Amino acid sequence: MTALLHELSIAEAAARLRRGELSAVELTRAALARIAATEPSFHSFITVTEEAALAAARDADTHLRTGTAPSGLTGIPVAVKDVIATAGVRTTAGSRILDGFVPPYDATVTARLKAAGAVIVGKANCDEFAMGSSNENSAYGPARNPWDLGRVPGGSSGGSATAVAAGQALASLGTDTGGSIRLPASYCGVVGLKPTYGRVSRYGVIAYASSLDQVGPVARDVSDCALVLSVIAGYDARDSTSVDRPVPDCAAGLTAGARGLRVAIPREYFVEGMQPEVEHAVRAAVDTLSGLGAAAREVSLPHTEYAVGAYYIIATAEASSNLARYDGIRYGLRTTVDGGLLDMYRHTRAAGFGAEVKRRIMLGTYALSSGYYDAYYLKAQKVRTLIRRDFERVFADTDVIVTPVAPTTAFRLGEKVADPLQMYLSDIFTISVNLAGLPAISLPCGFDASGMPIGLQIVGPPFGEEVVLRAARAYEEATDWQRRRPPEPALCPPQPTGSRA
Amino acid sequence: MDWRPRPALATLHAVKISREEIRHVALLARLALDPAQEEAMATTLDAILTYMEKLAELDTSGVEPTAHIVALDAPRREDRVLNTPDTDALLANAPARDGDFFRVPKIIE
Repeated sequence: MTALLHELSIAEAAARLRRGELSAVELTRAALARIAATEPSFHSFITVTEEAALAAARDADTHLRTGTAPSGLTGIPVAVKDVIATAGVRTTAGSRILDGFVPPYDATVTARLKAAGAVIVGKANCDEFAMGSSNENSAYGPARNPWDLGRVPGGSSGGSATAVAAGQALASLGTDTGGSIRLPASYCGVVGLKPTYGRVSRYGVIAYASSLDQVGPVARDVSDCALVLSVIAGYDARDSTSVDRPVPDCAAGLTAGARGLRVAIPREYFVEGMQPEVEHAVRAAVDTLSGLGAAAREVSLPHTEYAVGAYYIIATAEASSNLARYDGIRYGLRTTVDGGLLDMYRHTRAAGFGAEVKRRIMLGTYALSSGYYDAYYLKAQKVRTLIRRDFERVFADTDVIVTPVAPTTAFRLGEKVADPLQMYLSDIFTISVNLAGLPAISLPCGFDASGMPIGLQIVGPPFGEEVVLRAARAYEEATDWQRRRPPEPALCPPQPTGSRA
Repeated sequence: MDWRPRPALATLHAVKISREEIRHVALLARLALDPAQEEAMATTLDAILTYMEKLAELDTSGVEPTAHIVALDAPRREDRVLNTPDTDALLANAPARDGDFFRVPKIIE
């Protein structure tokens, strides 16, 4: 009973809830108190849902008392990224254009969390429309990295990672289009999983790039991540890209160990200019897996260097189409101007979207515009085929691919804001996985000299979440990186940008 | 392969996107940009598109494009109403409402 409530894993908290040593209301109050005390430092949330959380916790306690708890998540405080619809609770996507938007319905993942008895404590901060690698594109001000408040938490699911790292929630949901779960998980020293494209429903998830977007869990360890995945995964007739195939019992396979696993290390993921400590930590992690009985070998994914270019054409093209719906008519901001409908559209969108969102809409519109389609969009889709084939070749005789999550640890706030291309290259090791639709996890594998966490990426074949989680759990069990906690923040440092809304 | 863009990259190439093109694309995208924003947009888009020209190095003749990773077969369902239309819920987020309608600016001059 020595650990503070906010430091418990889901498994530990659930065991206490089941034994009646702790109530869901107590645990929820502890999370809410932690949020109240630390939000001035971390800014993980755009909206905190205190009343709804306490009501859900009371329901959970009723189920726990009567032995009818629907899942291992019953009574567990979780955060949900603010691109995921929550009925009756403001959902902004980190954008001013949706500032007052209150969805009339729950996303399927929200409904599944609620049905499992989870307690949603708030809507996690994120880059506007999930576009960004640092959380600095949030219209509500950036979340801060709990390991160093002067550094970014990574993006776009920055608040989903900081909430878990800082003990404000025991797990969270993020979305990952080009690395948006894995990069912040890596920068904040927590575990984040991007499932296979089609594994988790996107119904009610505000779209960024529909051929790439996927919802996934962030948690403090691999087992907790597997538990949240088991709650949110599975076929949903309301998402036409949802794949109708059974979800394996990932928790059951977690203990199988690394013996006999065929591990591939792609040489293209160790590049000039990367932080040497990252390379050392990842190579040491491969040695650890080998020591546990895995067979590691070097492979090539030759089209890796084309992934960032292909991604930023495909993603921006899809974004320009998806974001056409923000027209100031059915929901969100409307700017009143003297002109007619066209001027209202132009000025509403100019006022409601931030600089990076506008840049991506422009880029995507350009790539799809008459005369450029073949040179950019079609070319990028063909390159996507080559990248997918690279992975297919390797997975013909490989169980998992192991790489760094990013070339460096978390960078400083403001460091890359002026250089969008440099910011895009933060995703260089995560993007290919989205283009190929594969499952991949980020988990801690060390710390650099400044004390910042380093992330290990383990990639599996399509619908290979089981083997990804098994390899990750084997590594985690052999090390103890995930047990480290960030330092306690000094009370209330000033917030330089943004404001609570 | 060096993951960092060479510092010269953004300045090596003259801006190829004209202001007229920026204005055309901004109109297609329904975004009002002032002249300073047009200028900045031209410079950054050009740097990004220059980086993307890297894709032209690859011979993709005979390669099928990948639009989606999973085969989408347009799943069908029974033609039955599943939701309960609720006009007030649907109009609740409207910036301007007139009875049971969304209110919009004048469309026809």
